[in-house]
Amino acid sequence: MIQANFTKAFAGGRESSGYSLEAQFNAEPGVTVLYGPSGAGKTLTLDAIAGFVAPDSGRIMLGDRILYDSGATVHLRPQERRCGYVFQNYALFPHMTVRQNLAFAADSLPRLERHRRIAELLESFRLTDLAGRYPRELSGGQKQRASIARALIAEPAALLLDEPGRGLDAVLRRDLYSVILEMKATLRIPMLLVTHDLEECFALADQVLIYDAGRIVHRGSPLELLQNPGTPAVARLLGDFNLYEAEVLAMDPGRQTSRVRLLGQEWNGPHLRGCFKGDRVTLCARPEELRLATKPGPNRIRVETPRVLERPQSIRADFGEELIVDVPREVWREKPDDLWVEIPAESLRQLR
Amino acid sequence: MPVSPTPLDWFPLWLSLQVAASATIISLALGIWLAWLLANRSFTGKELVDALSTLPLALPPTVLGYYLLVVIGRTSWIGRAWEEVTGSPLVFTWRAAVIASTLHAIPLLVKSSRAALESVDHACERAGRSLGASEWRIFWKISLPLARRPIAAATALAFARSLGDFGATLMIAGDIPGRTQTAAIAIFDAVEAGNTRVARLLVIVISILTAVIVFVANRLEQRRAA
Repeated sequence: MIQANFTKAFAGGRESSGYSLEAQFNAEPGVTVLYGPSGAGKTLTLDAIAGFVAPDSGRIMLGDRILYDSGATVHLRPQERRCGYVFQNYALFPHMTVRQNLAFAADSLPRLERHRRIAELLESFRLTDLAGRYPRELSGGQKQRASIARALIAEPAALLLDEPGRGLDAVLRRDLYSVILEMKATLRIPMLLVTHDLEECFALADQVLIYDAGRIVHRGSPLELLQNPGTPAVARLLGDFNLYEAEVLAMDPGRQTSRVRLLGQEWNGPHLRGCFKGDRVTLCARPEELRLATKPGPNRIRVETPRVLERPQSIRADFGEELIVDVPREVWREKPDDLWVEIPAESLRQLR
Repeated sequence: MPVSPTPLDWFPLWLSLQVAASATIISLALGIWLAWLLANRSFTGKELVDALSTLPLALPPTVLGYYLLVVIGRTSWIGRAWEEVTGSPLVFTWRAAVIASTLHAIPLLVKSSRAALESVDHACERAGRSLGASEWRIFWKISLPLARRPIAAATALAFARSLGDFGATLMIAGDIPGRTQTAAIAIFDAVEAGNTRVARLLVIVISILTAVIVFVANRLEQRRAA
């Protein structure tokens, strides 16, 4: 398990404002995804754990080993940390073949063990036939596999992957996901994976840490995050929420319901914790939870022609004013001219 | 009666080649070490080391020669220590010529090697570290091989430069035919003495040699760019 709790600040220069990172999390064996926009501190977190960057204060543990402790002035060199690192640009040594790249990493192993280990990893990453090639002769996906294989040679205690899916097409991405899922099943080590791709996040993560401007602003399993994004900022980072500023009109604690005003009309809402009549709250709803309706009714609003975005599994209809609806293709095909959108009461979630 | 031409003395050319080769080897080792320090380490006085390693490039050769006389001359402590150990002075020997040439060549090697080492993909060096390799191993197996072409090109040019040093060499090694007279100095002497045949021959040989070296250096640079 990785236990990280550290800070790192960079003083601002004449043309840049200062930057600070505060990271505090535990990562169990499995995949912990560091999700967030560029510049949020995700890669810096990996670099601090790998030992490329010294934090200002705090403590980083890997299993029962202290990698960094400002109090005890421990700062292990990267060489001593046993953290496999898969770099964004793969960082394969360009003047060595795939086999030599792996052999470089296997240097500390006894001779016989070294050959066995290299052969084993070449085999399991489907690199045996490419072992004699130089990195420039490999495709992106092959380079990716070679760099992961190289990182695993010395049996690291943790694996750090910096945007491994970047620059790979859809097929290669699926390939990568199955490689990572297989490692997750067999290796039982913590893997930290940096991404700003939501799909990658959902495909791989056991735990997601959401980064924003140098802070971890939310954490949980992917499903937990979707069901409770917590704050408008996180909802926006997770992409597809409809966000509403609403006024509480009435609360019914007995039935666990409420009445709210949003989009200029009254709606049935869920129970809103800690709210009273007259309070203003921010609510959100996911596009796939909104429904199209053909006639008026409770919790429905009349809509005009939307902007339409074709998606692989559905149609995304954007009616403006935070009314984005994902509709199955066949439903969309059969839709009448008069349209209502229904926001079911249980789809409205309270944000802080 | 036709005058039979005096047999040409090839000694200055051989001496020059030997001096240049020794100076190149020394400045290569020293230059890459300095370049690595400047490229990878932060220490107090780094700017000073950087400036001092460039200074020989900018100083007039005679000024450099004068400083060398001060530092390794017979009255300096280095000069006295050398004389104590070896029994003969350091100045006005071919070794002094090697020192002058080394100083002449080193700025070029430090500058080029530093740029070459700094241009190595740092992710590769980091990868090496995360894979458990020592800094020494990373330098020999990753950094140096990846920077080898520009360093080789700079080495070729450094060799050419040490081949042609005149001022500093004259100041501390003197002009002793058969002992410290290098090709550059021999050419000057031949011109002074009106011995145009010798001067012309040495000029042609040195020119061809230098042209070949520059050509090789350019090829190395181009293959890197490609």
